[in-house]
Amino acid sequence: MRICFWGTRGSLPVSLAAKDIKHKISEAVLAAGGRELRTREAVEAFVENDLPFAVSHTYGGNTSCVQIDTGSDEYVLCDLGTGVRPFGHHVLASRGARTPCTFHVFMSHLHWDHIMGFPYFLHAYIPGNRIVIYGCHAELEEAFRKQHAAPCFPVEFSRLGANIEFVGLEPGKRTRVAGLEVTPKLQLHGGDSYSYRFEHQGKVVVYSTDSEHKTDDARSTLDFVEFIRQADLVIFDAMYSLADSVSVKEDWGHSSNVVGVELCQIARAKHLCIFHHEPVHNDAQISSVLQETLRLEEITRGDHELRISSAYDGLEIVV
Amino acid sequence: MQVTTKHYADVLVVAVEGRVDYVNADEFRAALMPYLKNCRAGGDKAVLDLSRLEYISSAGLRVLMIAAKEAHAARGKLVAAALQPVVREIFEISRFTLVVETHESLPGALRVMSPAALAALQSG
Repeated sequence: MRICFWGTRGSLPVSLAAKDIKHKISEAVLAAGGRELRTREAVEAFVENDLPFAVSHTYGGNTSCVQIDTGSDEYVLCDLGTGVRPFGHHVLASRGARTPCTFHVFMSHLHWDHIMGFPYFLHAYIPGNRIVIYGCHAELEEAFRKQHAAPCFPVEFSRLGANIEFVGLEPGKRTRVAGLEVTPKLQLHGGDSYSYRFEHQGKVVVYSTDSEHKTDDARSTLDFVEFIRQADLVIFDAMYSLADSVSVKEDWGHSSNVVGVELCQIARAKHLCIFHHEPVHNDAQISSVLQETLRLEEITRGDHELRISSAYDGLEIVV
Repeated sequence: MQVTTKHYADVLVVAVEGRVDYVNADEFRAALMPYLKNCRAGGDKAVLDLSRLEYISSAGLRVLMIAAKEAHAARGKLVAAALQPVVREIFEISRFTLVVETHESLPGALRVMSPAALAALQSG
């Protein structure tokens, strides 16, 4: 499976401002001091290899949208945050507007940041396309129809050209979609959210966003551990610090990097990808969270090494 | 995991030993909280001596947060001292240094909390 991250930001889309670009350029020029960078190749090698990620790149600002690619002609996505917009543009560029496409979308929940990209998903407007939206919420279809209704959006849902279907799922019940075995699991979040365990040819990827884990509740901890047991990749909401998530932001429905490491270590998962980044964090702060998470894994490691990544818009992970 | 206590003048020192994780967090809470009932205005000040604590998970940290919150609400004083390097890093990464006041050593904590308690410690 190839996992493509099109949107990784939590709660609200964000973008770099002029001062952020200026700061990155200043940092890069300072880092280049005294080097011979006379050709484009030399400059690109310097940018790629010698600058910190937070200077040479950005984590991006689109909200949740992750593609699970098994090589099938049919597309599989998790959530329809603003990341679905560049995903749609990518599909249009690679297959053209006249090729009918099928998209299967698994919704974690229906909060705004997870559905707000759909009105800008161009394939929804093109007849011949088929979009199947799966979820465990009773209000699944209603949420999408309301988002397109006046006065919020100028194009009514009924005017969308694609064939759009809604399919209700049951937590704990395995479904086969586009060659994947998919199992949803109820999570702790305002109005509920659901994680998904995707299995394909012996590999397991878990998409778990917008979930609070109360790890002093041993039963719910063990339930989740079983769900991610020996997963090849766990995409995990690590929006807050642990201190925030158990104090001022308790019951806000999000988790931390510390809890992500603990749960993956107990479950002997192979790779933790921290996701749903706090929108007030800049690139340097997200990189700092990654470095601390790497260090935490190192100092608490037993006989099982856990790989750690931080998701960014454009990241691809192959499992 | 073991919790033991000792009084030095007006300070109760609560020593935590071993590992605290999701398996024994409830046990840790049940062992710790009764000792802290008197950690309030006019009562004991409390120091958590973590010099023999090898590891603490998020579940254990949440117990410390609740203890600190209850002590604060009762206008008592609760601090942690002598964290081993691994536990100190866990505190820093989880931002728990912002939740529970920490000190490098037990004498260092007592020096700030109560000179009488420090004298009692030093006199053996």
